[in-house]
Amino acid sequence: MEQYFEISGTDLQIFLPEEVDHFNAEQLRKEADRILQSRNIRRIVFDFSRTQFMDSSGIGVIMGRYKNMRFMGGTVIAVHVNERIRRILTLSGVYKVLDIYEGQAVPFNMF
Amino acid sequence: MSETNEMKLEFDSRPCNESFARVSVAAFMTQLNPTLEEVADVKTALSEAVTNAIVHGYENKVQKIYIECRMEDQELQVKVTDYGVGIENVELAMQPLYTTKPDEERSGMGFAFMEAFMDELSVESEPGKGTTVCMRKRIGRFERK
Repeated sequence: MEQYFEISGTDLQIFLPEEVDHFNAEQLRKEADRILQSRNIRRIVFDFSRTQFMDSSGIGVIMGRYKNMRFMGGTVIAVHVNERIRRILTLSGVYKVLDIYEGQAVPFNMF
Repeated sequence: MSETNEMKLEFDSRPCNESFARVSVAAFMTQLNPTLEEVADVKTALSEAVTNAIVHGYENKVQKIYIECRMEDQELQVKVTDYGVGIENVELAMQPLYTTKPDEERSGMGFAFMEAFMDELSVESEPGKGTTVCMRKRIGRFERK
């Protein structure tokens, strides 16, 4: 798998691939959960800067990670969200549980 | 005067074929001179239908999925058929967030996305026989300069 994951402090940044569908959602989920189990992660940042396509399988991945993080008291955000992805996030209702940024988010440790 | 054009695809129900199916249908519909958004809408809806066929219809066993596309005037029709397990209660299955596989992190948004991104959606299914999802979308509804 390509370099989709970056850990800095307690942040896990997930650089989503160009297309997030059923095929690669599975791989993303497995790898993300492996990291969440082995590291102390307080925030997941889904980075959509490369992503041109996402279907409901991607929503499944985000919702699943959100549930894990909420259970551990952490948060989930989405950054570099283009108009298309925003529509998908809005339509599915996940925008209610995660903060969405068009650009980069404020670093977690700034406050 | 109505112009028609048709194509059919048959492929294995493997997740790695999903992007192939999307790209093929997207390429076919370019003849209607769609906007990027219209192409993205169709790709998303198609992806949901194909994922359903793989995950639910064939329960991840490798069999054949059939796509039929037809365009007439400015309308695109896409049919996705599997000969899998079928759907017991179509109305229930189409409800947003309803899923039979919550443990696999299916979001339950598949049919909702198809409905949202296409103009019309109809589902024919018979338990034990299979499922056909038929979607229609009018392309180029908005005049472009």
